[in-house]
Amino acid sequence: MKAVVTVMPKPAILDPAGVATGRAMEHLGLKGVRSVRIGKSIEIEVDGATEAQLHEIAHDLLSNPVVEDYKLQIIS
Amino acid sequence: MAATLSPVMKAAVIQFPGSNCDTDCEAALKSFPGVEAAIVWHKETSLAGYDAIVLPGGFSYGDYLRCGSIARFSPIMGAVRDAANAGVLVIGICNGFQILCEAGLLPGTLQRNTGLLFRCEHRHLRVENTATPFTSVLHKGQVLDIPIAHGEGNYFADPETLRQIEENGQVVLRYCDASGNVTPEANPNGSLGNIAGICSHGRNVFGLMPHPERVCDPLLGGTDGRGIFQSMIEAVQKAKA
Repeated sequence: MKAVVTVMPKPAILDPAGVATGRAMEHLGLKGVRSVRIGKSIEIEVDGATEAQLHEIAHDLLSNPVVEDYKLQIIS
Repeated sequence: MAATLSPVMKAAVIQFPGSNCDTDCEAALKSFPGVEAAIVWHKETSLAGYDAIVLPGGFSYGDYLRCGSIARFSPIMGAVRDAANAGVLVIGICNGFQILCEAGLLPGTLQRNTGLLFRCEHRHLRVENTATPFTSVLHKGQVLDIPIAHGEGNYFADPETLRQIEENGQVVLRYCDASGNVTPEANPNGSLGNIAGICSHGRNVFGLMPHPERVCDPLLGGTDGRGIFQSMIEAVQKAKA
């Protein structure tokens, strides 16, 4: 099984790294930057796992539910 | 005959791969007469017989994924959780605080500093609550000078959790200026409410970003950290009496 877990800061959470990166984009001449949010993408290849198990791992280990949301995508 | 006396406090300092304040904590604890301190490797599974558990600072697992997120699943953490639930004193300093939050033993989380800088400097802290086993020898409003050293010390909790910990007196330390005023300028990392340290609802689990173990010897520039360890010793003594 192949899966991708995408972890993003919750919308209400300030992302200082995203803000700094957005400023760098403006320095490089990109106009009108409204928002930059930085998350993580985690690719998993695993044998014999269930989708429920992957949700558990994504919730307990890969993301911190206090400040982050995750999305689980089963690729194959 | 001192060797035959039981220790006034027996403390375990948990060593994770990447801990780097473990021996500082051990030395600080041992500077108190009658205190025994042992380094306990994170793959151990028992903490029987210890009066206090220290989760030291550092970069457990290289801060991979999130600070403390992998250490919280170390084998020793089952014993830490059991001890915390049984009322044993647990203190997490810096990375140890992050691990306690990740483990759910303390509410909220520590995010990246708002200024993005790794802040390594002395800071003033105001003691907000002295009715805890970690601050009982201090006085309310006392200003401590204790260094910080972190890139992810920006305390965050959702509004409801924040309201609860404020109402329950779980906010133990706040960043302040030299006169004890809690101001935005005195906040080094963007922490909500200038929070530098919180305790659990039961008071026996304490997490703080500043490093009290680094100011326990006049040779190292201060002794303002000693009150926290002294409070723990008194709490243990009281429980044993």
